Amino acid sequence: MAILVVAEHDNKQLRPGVTNTIAAAGKLGGEVHALVAGHQCGDAAAAAAKVAGVAKVLVADAPHYAVPLAENLAALVLSVADKYSHILAPATGFGKNFMPRIAAQLDVAQISDISGIVSADTFVRPIYAGNALATVQSKDKIKVVTVRITGFDAAGAAASAAPVESITPVADTGFAEFKGHELTKSSRPELTAARIIVSGGRGMGSGENFKILEALADKLGAAVGASRAAVDSGFVPNDYQVGQTGKIVAPELYVAVGISGAIQHLAGMKDSKVIVAINKDPEAPIFQVANYWLVEDLFKAVPELTAKL
Amino acid sequence: MKVLVAVKRVVDPNIKVRVKPDGTGVETANVKMAMNPFCEIAVEQAIRMKEAGAVTEIVVVSVGAAQCQETLRTALAMGADRAILVETAVEVQPLAVAKALKAIVAKESPGLVIMGKQAIDDDCNQSGQMLAALLNWPQAAFISKITPADGRAEVTREIDGGLERLAIKLPAVVTTDLRLNEPRYVTLPNIMKAKKKPLEIVKPEALGVDVAPRLTTLKVEEPPKRGAGVKLADVAELVAKLKNEAKVI
Repeated sequence: MAILVVAEHDNKQLRPGVTNTIAAAGKLGGEVHALVAGHQCGDAAAAAAKVAGVAKVLVADAPHYAVPLAENLAALVLSVADKYSHILAPATGFGKNFMPRIAAQLDVAQISDISGIVSADTFVRPIYAGNALATVQSKDKIKVVTVRITGFDAAGAAASAAPVESITPVADTGFAEFKGHELTKSSRPELTAARIIVSGGRGMGSGENFKILEALADKLGAAVGASRAAVDSGFVPNDYQVGQTGKIVAPELYVAVGISGAIQHLAGMKDSKVIVAINKDPEAPIFQVANYWLVEDLFKAVPELTAKL
Repeated sequence: MKVLVAVKRVVDPNIKVRVKPDGTGVETANVKMAMNPFCEIAVEQAIRMKEAGAVTEIVVVSVGAAQCQETLRTALAMGADRAILVETAVEVQPLAVAKALKAIVAKESPGLVIMGKQAIDDDCNQSGQMLAALLNWPQAAFISKITPADGRAEVTREIDGGLERLAIKLPAVVTTDLRLNEPRYVTLPNIMKAKKKPLEIVKPEALGVDVAPRLTTLKVEEPPKRGAGVKLADVAELVAKLKNEAKVI
């Protein structure tokens, strides 16, 4: 049977993580189909057709798919679910929102946030903020799975585009009305797609002080993140949060500044290739996961680092 | 409006868990337990809505072992009115929790269900959305604001790029994100008062709910350890290491 990947997109482009999810689907053994539900989303569907491993793209184009409301998206996926052995989506805010609805209506377990695939019914997933890895097996008829995007390399470009087929939209449930977005505007890369991330913690002291991190990030072409403590303290918005309950990242370089290294923060970044920590507390737990660390006042070290790059 | 709040008993989030040597799970014997932090936010939200006059009664529910009564008492001490434990010794997975809660919703007919977005033990992030689906109700997951009015609720959701505002029809299920509120501490007089509040215990069988686990855990292991790092003398050395050794800049 085939495998369905529900694509996250903004009607124009695929979001970071879709190609990783398609790569994960490719390990399950079966033809991979991508579902693009959106409004005037032809560009996103064309992009999905060009990802290596995609055999077919299904497109549902309707005004009520302009933003991915959980109720409508779940109803659409359910209308085609019986053709698939597995339904996958990235374990981002997008996938986490609607996928459990699908699992519940199919009366199957969801396997959340998998970081590895053992076989078509057995998966590895982090539990307890990544302090343990569980290998779990599902005997359910359809496997509903969300994929930790840092666990899988992105699929590349296909030699030729896959066919794109329209499917019939399901009627709007009318459960929820979209009222608006307040999106963080930034010229920097997105956290989940960035090659380098500079993150600040409670040690930053204020939101104003994040300016010195932004200067460093701009020099490195990096994204700016934060620990939960910095978000809790109101320094930066929640979408900056890296950690167990925020974003999971694994960039080539992660610079942790004024972050003590609570379990819940480490859960979101410890798979980064190179970790640098700057903290004035020589006992900070962040040093246990860092490749390089400096015991220094961040207000001195960060501007100096920015100047030296 | 009556509100139902679900709470989960988990290992205290400040404790670093250890994997059992036999690889069957993590050590939970003699480990401090607590209410899941996102469930605390859910209880707090219900209390604030009651204090604001939008809610008349708060029913708090937990699904799990007998010890979950402690967690329910904590919710009662915070300010919930009464509690229900769906008691089972079975390891309850999110689908089972959603089914048990659906049965309780059928008995209680709340206008709103508030749940934590994620439990910090299994990190599943499923139960609220599953309950909404089983009830065929609207949902708003990961909310940082909610204002109920006229059979609807205006909600703000935390999404990956910022915030999303929705109006959802009630009844609905919402799940809490970090910035919704800061839960209150329980006081000793309120802990004493909570002991007198009603706590009902029901079995899943009495509700006609199958709570058998669907996923089998084959093994649990420690994640790979990172190699030991090095402490550097100054920023100049850091720049040199990043350029020449790690080659990431």
